Amino acid sequence: MSELDESMDMNTQMMLDGNALAGKLQTIFGVEMTATSSICAQCGGTSMMGELRAFTQSPGIVLRCPACESVMLRLVQTPQATLLDARGVMYLKIPAY
Amino acid sequence: MKQSIQWQIAEVKAIKQETLTVKTFTLTIPVWVQHRAGQHYDVRLTAPDGYQAQRSYSIASEPERTGEIDLTVERLDDGEVSPYLHDVLVPGDQIELRGPLGGYFVWDTTLGGPLLLIAGGSGIVPLMAMVRHRVAQRSDIPTRLLYSVRTPEDVIYAKELSGLSEQHTRLDVIYTFTRQAPPNWRGYARRIDEMMLREVLQSLESKPRIYICGPTALVEVAANTLAGIGIDAESIRTERFGPTGGR
Repeated sequence: MSELDESMDMNTQMMLDGNALAGKLQTIFGVEMTATSSICAQCGGTSMMGELRAFTQSPGIVLRCPACESVMLRLVQTPQATLLDARGVMYLKIPAY
Repeated sequence: MKQSIQWQIAEVKAIKQETLTVKTFTLTIPVWVQHRAGQHYDVRLTAPDGYQAQRSYSIASEPERTGEIDLTVERLDDGEVSPYLHDVLVPGDQIELRGPLGGYFVWDTTLGGPLLLIAGGSGIVPLMAMVRHRVAQRSDIPTRLLYSVRTPEDVIYAKELSGLSEQHTRLDVIYTFTRQAPPNWRGYARRIDEMMLREVLQSLESKPRIYICGPTALVEVAANTLAGIGIDAESIRTERFGPTGGR
């Protein structure tokens, strides 16, 4: 049963880590992505993909910077295609495979 | 190296009731890849009409066990996947999954310690894989587990944990009961707070590696409080489960 904590807003309580999206990210990029680094285009902070804040309770997925909370990545999957909006990411390291 | 994560069909080998709402599923994996403690598998259900629901479940077993994994799953009444796993699945059934997944919330003995593990409810699961890995490696890395749970009946792996903390002198298990403590309990009986974290940190000799897993609200409080008392953010890894015990 869901139990919400009244001291925290609902979006915060629904939030996950990028780590939870390991499978999805690996399908898209072809390699394990959660231990790789990303730089936020807004604040310049460096974070591992696994530590980004993940909001998944919607038709798409939003990944935010853990430091400044700006949107870094938006991801929507349809039966036809995967749509990736990465304008909030300055830099993303994709490991070789 | 190309890391393939194909969906595959595992077979349910055994099911163990851990608590009233938590079960462990032992699954035989055809294409078994050794995991790292802390990783998870994605489980996918497909309805006759094609509708699919997918959830991630942490691996509870140690990487040293080959060919099979344990997934410990809390039953969420409003969940899409966990009620099926709990109420329908029986040994011999098949289930679709992919993994192991995730490279961020992982620990192995080569990373060293000391280790501080902070669990809320079923957040114990990936941390238990770390504890079991440490045991399998006969490691003596000082390890402390702070386990926040509502009542004594909600403690997952209770027997194993008490056995381990008796045998392994450098493994401490500290409980805090947030709703109902056992009779004559002298330990913590409240939510994780700054004083508790300071006390738990106090006797760890050097800077620990910290892994926090549980409901998002607990992870937020623990991680922010640790940052507030000057713990280096680099040494803290978190895994949030959302508003409930599962993801």
